[in-house]
Parts: sequence; structure tokens; C-alpha cells
Amino acid sequence: MLAFIIRRVAQALFVVLAMVIIVFFGTYVVGDPVWMMVPGDATQDQIEQVRREFGFDKPVHVQFLLFVADVLQGEFGRSYVHGGSAIGLILDRMPATLELALVALIFAVVIGLPLGVFAGLKPDHPAARTIMAGSILGFSLPTFWVGLMLIMFFSVMLGWLPATGRGPTTTVLGIETSLLTLKGWQHIALPALNLALLKISLVIRLARSGTREASLQDYVKFARAKGLSPKRIVGVHILKNIMIPIVTVLGLEFGSLVAFSVVTETIFAWPGMGKLLLESIQRLDRPLIVAYVMVVVLLFVTINLIVDILYSALDPRVRLAGKNE
Amino acid sequence: MSDLTLPKNAAAPKKAQGEFARFVGRFLEDRVAVFGLALISIIVLLALFAPLIAPQNPYDLARVDIMDSRQPPGAKALDGFTMWLGSDGVGRDLLSGILYGLRISLMVGLLSGVIAACLGLMVGLIAAYFGGRIENVIMRIVDLQLSLPSVLIALILVALLGKGVDKIILALVVVQWAYYARTVRGSALVERRKEYVEAARSLGLSHTRTMLRHILPNCLAPVIVIATVQTAHAISLEATLSFLGVGLPQTEPSLGVLISNGFQYMLSGKYWISFFPGVALLLTIVGINLVGDRLRDVLNPRLEK
Repeated sequence: MLAFIIRRVAQALFVVLAMVIIVFFGTYVVGDPVWMMVPGDATQDQIEQVRREFGFDKPVHVQFLLFVADVLQGEFGRSYVHGGSAIGLILDRMPATLELALVALIFAVVIGLPLGVFAGLKPDHPAARTIMAGSILGFSLPTFWVGLMLIMFFSVMLGWLPATGRGPTTTVLGIETSLLTLKGWQHIALPALNLALLKISLVIRLARSGTREASLQDYVKFARAKGLSPKRIVGVHILKNIMIPIVTVLGLEFGSLVAFSVVTETIFAWPGMGKLLLESIQRLDRPLIVAYVMVVVLLFVTINLIVDILYSALDPRVRLAGKNE
Repeated sequence: MSDLTLPKNAAAPKKAQGEFARFVGRFLEDRVAVFGLALISIIVLLALFAPLIAPQNPYDLARVDIMDSRQPPGAKALDGFTMWLGSDGVGRDLLSGILYGLRISLMVGLLSGVIAACLGLMVGLIAAYFGGRIENVIMRIVDLQLSLPSVLIALILVALLGKGVDKIILALVVVQWAYYARTVRGSALVERRKEYVEAARSLGLSHTRTMLRHILPNCLAPVIVIATVQTAHAISLEATLSFLGVGLPQTEPSLGVLISNGFQYMLSGKYWISFFPGVALLLTIVGINLVGDRLRDVLNPRLEK
């Protein structure tokens, strides 16, 4: 077990290192960022001064080592556009993104699970067929376009929900959240639904196939034979067993929700780190892009690591499979 | 599956033909899949013949009149033709814009898919065939890439590379190749251990010939399934990037660019500028996915009765 954990941690560190190298040399070849920072009429002296200030006058390998040293200290330089610490700007925006991703995750389970279980229990029911067709549609619909349609329908035509921005925030236990006010929920409803769309389809499919498999198992037949109510069979016996894969998959998908929020945040003007990333890409704000990528990669690697270790603790076959390869 | 008693050479062509007919027959059993196939065929034809069908060449400045801008669906253009889907912010007929946009979207999606498939096939075959350290390194890279969401990789790449058709195609290739590599490696690992590979090697055929002529054809079924899903994904991803303003430039107006152009008019209720290009995009992706779903069922030997 310990050997497995050490191996997985080493792999995770390798991934992070690889990303550091890719990101550094990737951004290095993009071009000279000095022109982004100085005014158009800057003199040669001013340009040289900026160059020295940010360390662009040093050779590549020195810049790379300095970069690695900075990354190890959690320091990604100052934003060219905003001036402040890049990592600080990202972390400031992070709660908004995590809040959005979390609510989207909750939507995915609350909407997807009942629909999927129903489709699994009555696969030939017309409503079940509609649900499954809907889930195929959910996989096909381009997220950004659905976002636009949500705005058009709920904000422009019906005027029920606001189309942009985040509601008023309150600070609870040091975490800023907009989920404690009705206005906050009105603001988060559309973006979270938009972000959740793909995951709803995913949960429907997982729940349906899980339910279909589980309802053929002996323990369900036995529970039926015992005369348990269908409600109890579904609510306790089936649900308990199909939740394991669903929770695992959703745990892994949380990272992709954070990444996909770039699109949703841009459409709904949600002040999270994804929107910040896009603005930084458009303005070639290198430190911010690098800081964002490293934060998200770290998030991903950590989630994958935790899931892997939990899995191997629950299922020894995973550990052994790794050894045989 | 393996009827070793049959004289292989004599029976092979006939059998192959029979298998293909059976495959087509099984595919056509599903009405939804046929609908999907019809949908894609129509869309491809519309895109191919766009210059002949479209009421207007939307990128011929002499034909476009700013006075026609933001007209609702069904309005008459100053030129006299009816703009069935309305017009966009600078007076281009939206239907024509969509037909021309389809060409660009499909072209980018297909081209990136083909390049990624070739690259992934090669890398995956090499990994499975040679094994050892080469395989380890390749699969590490594949795992690294597949552990990150494609939209993130694509965003970082376009952030680094900049705008332009070639750059978007490159980004989409980078996003997709790993799926092909992983799939091909999986089936090639199984094929490699079979006797015909040993036979080919014993006959003194080169590694390249053994891989390409003998192993590869037997690995193609899952690749076809992946290819449909990935092409739909690539088209959707390109549209997303273009919508975000980091994909194709205004001079290459794909469906994503059209939708992006309509976004600013959305809040004032002029929905059609974003709506109809989105519908075209959706139909394309749904069509491909329906076909892909059926292909998966038909080509999966485990599901065969």
C-alpha cells in the first residue's frame, strides 16, 4: 500500500513538473511581453528598464530556474495588466469559481439521479425514452450555445433571472459566498445549470445503467421477496449501490467543471478565475495565464491522486494491476 | 470469429464482402442512426454546394448592404431576395452565412480529425508493437494529456499560438491524438500476440509492413467509433474557442464566430443572429453522435448475438 502511494505521488509530481516545463517554454516562445507593458511612445531606456525589472534580460535557462524557484514558493510574478501578484489575483477569484462548480455538481446529482434511476427502472416507458434522448442531446449541445439560449429564454424573454454577474456576497468562516441570499441564488441559477448540463447527462447515464444492473441482482430480488416497499428497495438498496461509481466519477469530474467554467463564466460575466484567464489570454498577461494553469493542474493532480488512493484502499486489484504492468 | 479450417486465401474476398454487407445491414436496422446519417449527408452537401445554394455571397462586400443589418427572419433584403433566417449585425444574410460557416467548421473539424487520427494511429501502433521503454514514454504522455480536460489544453495552446486556422487545427490535433493513440494501442496489444503477426514476421516482412499491412487493418473498428465522437468534439471545441474570441478570426467565419457575433445583440432580443448558427452546429454534432452511437453498437463484438 505504502509503495503504491509513493509511486502515485511520484507520478503526480512528474505531471506537475512536466506542466511547469511545458508552460514555461510555451509562454517563453510566445513573444516579447515587454511591448504589452510599455506605452507606445516609450523610449529605449524605459523599455530596457522594464526588461530588467521583470528579468527578461537574463538567458533562458536562468529565467527557467528562477521560474521554478518561484513556482516552488508559490510565486508567479506580478500581473502585467493588473500589477498585483498573479497568484493572489487567481486565488481572489477562486471562491467564485469553486462556488459555481459546486452548485453545478449539486444540480447534476439532484436533476440527473432521479431521472436516471427512473429510466433504469422502467426502460421502456415513453418518459424514460425521452430522458435518454435528452441525455444524448445533453452530450451534443455545445455548452456556450446553451448558455446563450438560457439567457435568451429566462432573462430576455421571461425576465425571471438575471443574465450576468454574481449576487451580493457574505463572508462565512472566512469564505466568501453568494449562496446565503435569494439574490445570490437567482444569479447563480443560470450559470450553474449551464455548467451542469453535461454532467446531468453523465449522471443520467450512470444512474440508468447502474439501476438496470442492480435491479437484476439477487439482493434486490430478495428484498422484493421479503415484501419491502418499492420505495425502500430503490431508496435504500439500489441507490446505495449505484452511488459508488457516481460519486467517483463526479469527484473526478469536478476538475473538468472548474476548467469548463471558463466558458460559462465568460458568457454570464461571472467574476471567477476562468473569466480572468480568458481576459489574460486576450491581453497576453503571461504570469496570470501561468498561475491559472498551475493552480488548475495542481487541483487536477490532487483530485486524481486522492481518488486513486481511496480506490486502491477499497479495491486491492487496482494496486496489483499497477505492479504487473 | 476465427474459422481456421477454412482455406483463408480463397474465402477472404467473399467473406469480407459479406461482412461489409452485414455491417451495413445491421447499421440500417436502427432508424435513429439512419436519421443521423441522412442529417450529416444533407449538411455535408449543403456545405459543399454552399456557393450554389446560398442566396448571397456573404463575404462579397459588393453584395452586402449595411442597410439590411439586423433584419428579423423572413424579411426582404434590399436586393429583393427573402432572408429566411434574418440578417446579422452588418447586413449579411444569415442563411448564407451559415452555409459558408458550415464549410469552415466542417473543414477544420475533419482536417484536424484526420491528422490527429494518423498521428495517433502511428504512435499507438509503435507503442504496442515495440513495447518496453518506448511504450512507457508514449503512454505516460498520453495519460498526462488525457488527465487534463481538452478545453483547458486547447485554451492554453491558443493562448500560446495565437489566432488562425492553422493554429486552431494544430490545437485540435494536440487535443485529439491521444485518444486515437490509446485506442489503437489497446487493440494492437491484443493483435500483436496473434499467430498471423508471428507468421508475417517469420516470412521476413519488415516491422513497418507488419504494422501497417497486418496489424493496423485489424485495429480499425474501434478507431472508426472514436473518429466519429472525436470529430463531433473537435467541431464543438472549435466553435467554443471561436465564440470565446480565441479561435478563428473574423476573416474565417465558422459557426462559432457567427454565434459570437450575435452575442452582443442577444440582450436586446435579436435572438436569431446567435440562434440559427447554433442550431446548425447542434444538428451537425447530433447527427455525427447518432451515427457514432450506432457504429459503437454494431462494431462492438461483445454486443454481437
